Amino acid sequence: MKVPISWLKDYVDIPVSVEELARRLTNAGLEVEAVHYVGLPMPEDTTGLDFKVSGLAWDPEKIVVAEVREVVPHPNADRLVLARVFDGQEEHMVVTGAPNLFPYKGQGPLDPPLKVVYAKEGAVLNDPYNPGQTMRLKRRKIRGVTSYSMVCSERELGISDEHEGIIILDPDAPTGTPLVDYMGDAVLDIAITPNMARNLGLIGIAREVAALFGTELRKPDTRLPEDGPSIQGRAAIRITDPDVNPRFALGLIEGVRIGPSPYEVQRRLRLAGMRPINNIVDATNYVMLEWGEPLHAFDYDVLRERAEGGAPTIITRRAQPGETITTLDGETRTLPPYAIVVADTQGPLSIAGVMGGQESEVNPQTTRVLLEAAVWDPITIRRVSKALKLNTEAAYRFSRGVHPALVPLALGRALRLMQQWAGGVVARDILDAYPKPHRDPVNVITPRDVQRYLGLNLSAEAIADLLRRLEFEVTIEGEGPDARLVVRTPPHRLDIGEGVVGRADLMEEIARLYGYDRIPETRLADELPPQVSDPRLEGETQVVDTLVKLGLQEVITYRLTSPEREARALAPGVTPPPEDAYVQLLNPISEDRRVLRRALLPNLLEVAERNARFVERQALFEVGPVFWPREGELLPDEPAHLAILLTGPREPEYWTDEAPETMDFYDLKGVLEGLAQALHLEEPLRFEPAQHPSMHPGKTAVVYLGARAIGHVGELHPEVAARYDIPYPVIVAELELAPLVDAIPERYTIRPISPYPPVVEDVAFIVDEAIPAAQVEQVIREAGGARLVRVELFDVYQDPEKLGPGKKSLAYHLTYQDPTRTLTDKDAAKIRKRIIRRVEQTLGAKLRGG
Amino acid sequence: MLEDLERAYQNALAELDEVADQDALEAWRVRHLGRKAPLMRAYGRLRDLPPEERPQVGRRINAMRDHLQNAYEAKAHALREAALRRSLEEERIDVTLPGRPKPIGRLHPTTRTIRHIVRIFQDMGFQVFRSREVETDEYNFQLLNIPPHHPARDMQDTFYVRTPGAQEGETPPVVLRTHTSPGQIHAMRFYASLNPENPPPIRVVLPGMVFRYEQITARSEIQFTQVEGLVVGRNISFADLKGTLNEWARRMFGQHVRTRFRASYFPFTEPSAEMDVECFLCGGKGCPVCKYTGWLEVLGSGMVHPVVLKNGGYDPEKFTGFAFGMGPERITMLRHGIKDIRFFWSNDVRLLEQF
Repeated sequence: MKVPISWLKDYVDIPVSVEELARRLTNAGLEVEAVHYVGLPMPEDTTGLDFKVSGLAWDPEKIVVAEVREVVPHPNADRLVLARVFDGQEEHMVVTGAPNLFPYKGQGPLDPPLKVVYAKEGAVLNDPYNPGQTMRLKRRKIRGVTSYSMVCSERELGISDEHEGIIILDPDAPTGTPLVDYMGDAVLDIAITPNMARNLGLIGIAREVAALFGTELRKPDTRLPEDGPSIQGRAAIRITDPDVNPRFALGLIEGVRIGPSPYEVQRRLRLAGMRPINNIVDATNYVMLEWGEPLHAFDYDVLRERAEGGAPTIITRRAQPGETITTLDGETRTLPPYAIVVADTQGPLSIAGVMGGQESEVNPQTTRVLLEAAVWDPITIRRVSKALKLNTEAAYRFSRGVHPALVPLALGRALRLMQQWAGGVVARDILDAYPKPHRDPVNVITPRDVQRYLGLNLSAEAIADLLRRLEFEVTIEGEGPDARLVVRTPPHRLDIGEGVVGRADLMEEIARLYGYDRIPETRLADELPPQVSDPRLEGETQVVDTLVKLGLQEVITYRLTSPEREARALAPGVTPPPEDAYVQLLNPISEDRRVLRRALLPNLLEVAERNARFVERQALFEVGPVFWPREGELLPDEPAHLAILLTGPREPEYWTDEAPETMDFYDLKGVLEGLAQALHLEEPLRFEPAQHPSMHPGKTAVVYLGARAIGHVGELHPEVAARYDIPYPVIVAELELAPLVDAIPERYTIRPISPYPPVVEDVAFIVDEAIPAAQVEQVIREAGGARLVRVELFDVYQDPEKLGPGKKSLAYHLTYQDPTRTLTDKDAAKIRKRIIRRVEQTLGAKLRGG
Repeated sequence: MLEDLERAYQNALAELDEVADQDALEAWRVRHLGRKAPLMRAYGRLRDLPPEERPQVGRRINAMRDHLQNAYEAKAHALREAALRRSLEEERIDVTLPGRPKPIGRLHPTTRTIRHIVRIFQDMGFQVFRSREVETDEYNFQLLNIPPHHPARDMQDTFYVRTPGAQEGETPPVVLRTHTSPGQIHAMRFYASLNPENPPPIRVVLPGMVFRYEQITARSEIQFTQVEGLVVGRNISFADLKGTLNEWARRMFGQHVRTRFRASYFPFTEPSAEMDVECFLCGGKGCPVCKYTGWLEVLGSGMVHPVVLKNGGYDPEKFTGFAFGMGPERITMLRHGIKDIRFFWSNDVRLLEQF
């Protein structure tokens, strides 16, 4: 909300500078986001100010109120005139092209003179043709006539964008006075949070200022002038649903002359962000900005005509199916069935609380105005305003809640202003339908509550004093920490609840006015909660930390993706999952972020693809949830996954000329084995040949943890790799995290080191190529028994000539050891024999060189 | 005889001066100290001398032999020294060549910052509590005192999830959580379930990913993380909120950092407060990062709204609490001079490896 300081000062004295006011308001929850200076001196140093600063300061010496005494033709130009301007000290001839002076051209001396803004040589003004730039007035010749000063438009002074003509001030403007003293201003732009809807009017802001500084709030006169015949019988009100329209009132003014509002009113409206229309509409807007209660003015004669010359009946009701209305902006709109309309017997007149209708609006010929003040159900207004995309000032306020007590005040104030600005006679009485009176909550709090809630030791009197500043009525019963403060909510706010909620609401008001910064600071002294550990989180952290120790870079990618992006990671011929296998968004920001990911791998590939342009070697992992819809469940499953990607040289490149080796399947397998080892899994991960839709059919393994397959590891299918344009083989794995984490033992024992020397010997077997190394090792281990403490494969060798076709040689270091004694040659030979026999028998192997 | 020997001796010494390597030295030794050397053979010829001369000549021969032997050893030592010096010299390397790079694993900067934040709260007795990312409207909004059509919903643009059977025009029942606050309800209900008659106090932090319906720009993202905190007990006050968050800020940003609390609004807290810390880059003097205000907004906080306590299973007549929430990405950006929030999920390793 835009708050011109000059206007605010109508209601409250401000004992501090604009900047200090802004700071105090911000601290009290009325965040001042920006201050736009319109004349008043700007702070020289903005350091330490929390708000944006913009605008123009008016030099008191050089920009003054002046009077145009005569307008004469320019000798050399039809589109220019010369104004004889008196600035309080002397007369100047000023060249101007302002169209609003042309009607006075050649009329001789003006009586009364026109009050204008006069800028002298050297004055700094906004450059009207270069937005954001200023200009300094210099002496120059315009069409043969010397000019060194000017009469100003609003744009040159930074008041608004208005540049059609010059400002013509109200007749009482004092000639010769520095303009800054007459109407220098600064506009605070305040962000109003939903709980502060009561401050969507200047009176609300002024009330806060008065409370913060302990000064007095001056409310304008809101009594009805009541100088004409009564409104009774000249209109009627019918509310069909008090739940959505708890109060509706009408006032009447007759004999008005539609015309422009006083200049000062127009200036204030513009500074507050509204466009002046005419004196009647301006009065409704002025009162809305003042009290926060939107009003609507009807042409009474149009309503009478629609009522065939009789007294109109104003009906508030829900829209009928398919009902349309042409609004003030000329658009014909179809109303949703939940919209509320203000109608007469002929049909809708306006969209209640949102926008008026064109037919009954005030026009230049209007002489009688029927003025509506009402309150509406905030949720309904909000829904309608959203559905019709009509974010009007009225809808904004009604959707945040307007207190019904404002209805008669706003009517009285607006009718008074209309009479002042447009003449006429105000009808006696108003019509006021109030079928659902509002009850302002009464709450009871004690100093002990304040102590408990805020940690603040205040007396009952001190608390009452704070609340009374905001017009709460407080009575104190009893004494001491248990004194009861009975607090009645003032009739302008809807944000104070009842019971325990109301107490919390009051605590906020006390804290705000006392000042958050003055509330003490304490350490938590309350009982410590039961300590519940999260083993899953601890395990995940262990996994992440281990992968980092293994030299991998953690990445975090978008949860949102598209089925196409994920399908890109599938080998040719693989059918991608259907769209409904995904958690889908109703309102995606774009097609390529319309579902939640089902896997981590495609994202990891995209990361590697982008980085491959800059780096050769990548070792990445991500730990995070994937999302799978569940049949018959509202919410999807969100299992955590782990994905790893390796590509490029095994070692980072450096200045040696040795060609680096590239990473392959076994690098990633080594990472997984290292992980399993670091997690102390009770049994090692098992890898079996398998297929995966993204992976190379001959270089893929399914990873088993015990009997459970927890994921896959493999080289990316070459055709998939080609799509991602990564120059090296890409090795990937994606595993479920929960089983891995759940398998981390709570504790583990370590094997003692035997003091007796080990016997190490080598043995090599020739086996069929198809026999997996893991199987050979398993047989060796089983045959070796407890004394076989280590099996290390150190050579894999294939040579059809020496070994025969389809054969391979596997060579092992075998280590035998006994924890209780030194093994003899005989012991070792026995174990060796057992191993060889078993491997030969079960795998059809042959001992090499045996 | 002695004269010949004296000459040979002088020759030997002169030759030794010329010896420059190990081989020449060995040849010299054979020549002058070997069995066939003139001096050594002289011992055999002593018998030919008159007995009275023998001791004198013998002593002289001994002296010459010892001297040559010593000279030989000195030379041998000198040669070894020289050889070592030479070989050390030859083995000289360029120590200014870069070292062989070792692959270093790193956490993502968001993870680092979350861990930093969480660790400080853990020291104060907080425990981590995690909850799901796809939420019901009920948990994300309604139970947090944000009913349908509440204006506070405008503050958070929401991604809605397609659900079978949802009615057109109605508020969709499933959302991507817009904040970690639904975790407050989950945490309260979990703790309350431990002892519904007399629920235990709570002190938790809730880190996690949240989602907003936004365009992806340098300043806004569709996903970012939050760390939420929740304290519930029988005697938790706004002064505790200030004390706890100030302690955290001092450990996070520096022991001397100043803070300030401003009134604010969140539907699920009452009263609500924004906490600013003095800009740790300029010390509050004003700089581009703090936009010359001297302050940085780092978190929102407040006393838990009674309705939220009640929805969590805690009787607001008996319990009070405070909650807070902050953005690890924003804190990371401030600390490391990152200007563009898209940095975080782009995972450019050239940037990641600087952490």
